[in-house]
Amino acid sequence: MEQAEKHPSYLQHHFADMAQQTDAAKLGMWVFLVTEVLLFGGLFGFYTFFRAWYPEMFMEAHKYLDVTMGTTNTFVLITSSLTMALAIRAMQLGKKKQTIAYLAGTLFFAAVFLVIKYFEYSHKFHMGMLPGKFYTFEGIQAANPHIFFSVYFTMTGLHGIHVIIGMIIITWVMIRTMRDEFSPEYYNPIELTGLYWHLVDLIWIFLFPLLYLIG
Amino acid sequence: MSVATTANYLNAEKGIKSWLFTLDHKRIGLMYLFAVMTSFFLGGVFALLIRLELLHPGQDFFTADTYNQLFTLHGAVMIFLFIIPAIPAALGNFVLPLMLGAKDVAFPRLNLASFYIYVVGALFALYSIVAGAVDTGWTFYTPYSTTTSTSVISMTMGAFILGFSSIFTGVNFIATIHKMRAPGMTWFKMPLMVWALYATSIIQVLATPVLGITLLLLVIERTVGIGIFDPAMGGDPVLFQHFFWFYSHPAVYIMVLPGMGIISELVATFSKKKIFGYKLIAYSSLGIALISFLVWGHHMFTSGQSEFSSMVFSFLTFFVGIPSGIKMFNWLATMYKGRITFEAPMLYTIAFMFLFAIGGFTGIMLGAISIDIHMHDTYFVVAHFHYTMMGGTVIAFLGGLHYWWPKIWGRMYNEKLAKVAWAFIFVGFNVTFFTQFFLGSQGMPRRYYNYLDQYQPLHMYSTYGSWMLGVGFLIMAYYLIYSIYKGPKAPNNPWGALSMEWQTTSPPIQHNFEDQPVLEHEPYDYDTRMVVNDELIKKEDVKEKEDINV
Amino acid sequence: MEQHNTATPHVLPLSLYFTVAGTLFVLTGITVAVSFVHFGEFNIIVAMLIATIKASLVALYFMHLKYDNKLFMAVFLSSLIFLGLFLTLTMTDTMHRGDIDPIKEHPIKKEAIIYDK
Repeated sequence: MEQAEKHPSYLQHHFADMAQQTDAAKLGMWVFLVTEVLLFGGLFGFYTFFRAWYPEMFMEAHKYLDVTMGTTNTFVLITSSLTMALAIRAMQLGKKKQTIAYLAGTLFFAAVFLVIKYFEYSHKFHMGMLPGKFYTFEGIQAANPHIFFSVYFTMTGLHGIHVIIGMIIITWVMIRTMRDEFSPEYYNPIELTGLYWHLVDLIWIFLFPLLYLIG
Repeated sequence: MSVATTANYLNAEKGIKSWLFTLDHKRIGLMYLFAVMTSFFLGGVFALLIRLELLHPGQDFFTADTYNQLFTLHGAVMIFLFIIPAIPAALGNFVLPLMLGAKDVAFPRLNLASFYIYVVGALFALYSIVAGAVDTGWTFYTPYSTTTSTSVISMTMGAFILGFSSIFTGVNFIATIHKMRAPGMTWFKMPLMVWALYATSIIQVLATPVLGITLLLLVIERTVGIGIFDPAMGGDPVLFQHFFWFYSHPAVYIMVLPGMGIISELVATFSKKKIFGYKLIAYSSLGIALISFLVWGHHMFTSGQSEFSSMVFSFLTFFVGIPSGIKMFNWLATMYKGRITFEAPMLYTIAFMFLFAIGGFTGIMLGAISIDIHMHDTYFVVAHFHYTMMGGTVIAFLGGLHYWWPKIWGRMYNEKLAKVAWAFIFVGFNVTFFTQFFLGSQGMPRRYYNYLDQYQPLHMYSTYGSWMLGVGFLIMAYYLIYSIYKGPKAPNNPWGALSMEWQTTSPPIQHNFEDQPVLEHEPYDYDTRMVVNDELIKKEDVKEKEDINV
Repeated sequence: MEQHNTATPHVLPLSLYFTVAGTLFVLTGITVAVSFVHFGEFNIIVAMLIATIKASLVALYFMHLKYDNKLFMAVFLSSLIFLGLFLTLTMTDTMHRGDIDPIKEHPIKKEAIIYDK
């Protein structure tokens, strides 16, 4: 029994103990999140430099974004972050069913987010407020309004891709939870998924005021 | 038969599958080594073709368009496929866990994934060669890259994917260095190579994602015309250069920092002296990593960026000289009164110091706005970066390759041939590129396939030099490959080095060490310890014996 | 070596999670409300301030940065510092284009070619 506890199946051979494995994995994830921040950083740059060059255009164009939908989505995403955090907490306490339920909840809110996003996008498409050379809307009286929608679509698009990737990973850890692979001693993959999901939320927390709430 | 030949990582598992699905950092390192050497060969062929065309003025062998594609491919292949992964992913992968006394890197599966992502990225790049090679130069500057009809998208997607491979290596190394060190190995008892790889990984992680998003935006700009970089769409082409160099300037330190790490190892081992200024060398690696993020605008003095910006960047650029200078002086001080032996790795070390000093000084010259305005886009710049990248990184890589070759294969290479090859490479390199300093200062612009008659003598020498380089590399390829099959068996510690990778067998066993090694002495304790015939001896013991004999 | 005992998980009380989520909701409401009041320049500052507070709450409590190895916090903050460097140093250019040579201040073409009719 003592031996079995020392070398559980989830402890990889090249680590000395669980603490080393968990800490290494978390560190790796945080370093990866750094790369995510800087990946979005390029787009934040796109936003910052062009907003500084075209302040009036940004002011005019942002009025065509739907604040109600954006706000709803913010609430939805924060809720999904909460359920994600609670899923981890449930697994820390060994409550498998609760974990699955919370993960399913997270998936649900993520899906709601995407559905709302879909309605926003299709409305924009319909109006001709497309990015770049496909832009045909004529209602904005300022120079180069297509750039605002390029910013809007690249930023929310990349964020949306991250939401989809997050949903795939959450589904995967949910299946693993159902298969009894996790326990209060080993729930690292859920924790790392949580970190990733919270980062997706974090980025939205900045995207929302930058795009929807320009003064 | 010694133990080393019976069981090691090379023969522990057999068959092609045991290689393709391996999680062993040593095997992944070797696969990377094979891949980067193939790329190096390809890039080298492109280089020789470029020099061939430049032998005489006028069109000799290629059309102007083909020439544009050749220098683009030479640059892109050498940078993205060879030099960035060469030291960290190939050599670093092999030696890092060994140096730390660990069984493997922290995330072996991520390590293998990074290799396959590299392969996929390389395939994209190769596809772009077949499908009408890119002709933008490896920098993909807009607006040309958004308008040219060549296969910009596949090459940039290739570079984008290769970026992920680089990021994963960086993530892996950072976690490994933080969490996998042997008991007793504190931060300041790590080999300096590890410090260098740590600094490199930090840059890889912080800078590469920005390149990723830049290339992605470039692809979207080409397809959708979002108006970020293309002036016709209301974008700003200078902004592309900012985005690009925010990665690509730090990236030159991704290339050269691990080379400096190798030199720190080699200079102490072959001088048999404690490294001078350990902490300063370690900190200067981090210093270079930090400063590398502050200087990118010196690539853009003539781009139309604001004068204020040029001043800021020019000022900041000079700071890079400080940590590089610290390293250089510490290496020289390490050699001072050392018992230097001149095996091939040490010859490369000395070549590195000589060539990198020239590369570094000319870099400082180019960092001054007034000089750069004149030298920009001339052969002076070409010569400068080949002195840093080839004279620096490639030479250090070759030094490290020879140094760890016995550890990797358990075989010794032919020392005599190695010295001959070194001579060819060292002389050939200088003939090829020193002439280009003159060409540049006389006004020969880079990336031209044709030139005025007055430049011909120097161009001719440069081309002859490239042939010498080619001969040197051919000799090297011969004796290295020969040694894998027929070379004499290598002892565990042929150079008498004190860092941990030499404590295991050559080649190492599958999980690196029989038992978890514990740090008993620091990696450069040459003042108190020496290695004779694979045995570690404390110098005091030797002295006592001598005293008794007397 | 900084060893951190993660073998026994640090379980936070449920009430904490709900308090944090509640605060995030309230702050979202405030930032939306404030955006309808016109402060000019200050709008963006207020919005970014609130966003930063919200992000900090998520990072500190949901992502456990407050309780975890402090190294993770350092790693994460480094990303923000380098993002800041990228934006600031680039703006030394984009904000100063016309300082000496006014001709450099504006692009050659004021509007993109898609507006040429």
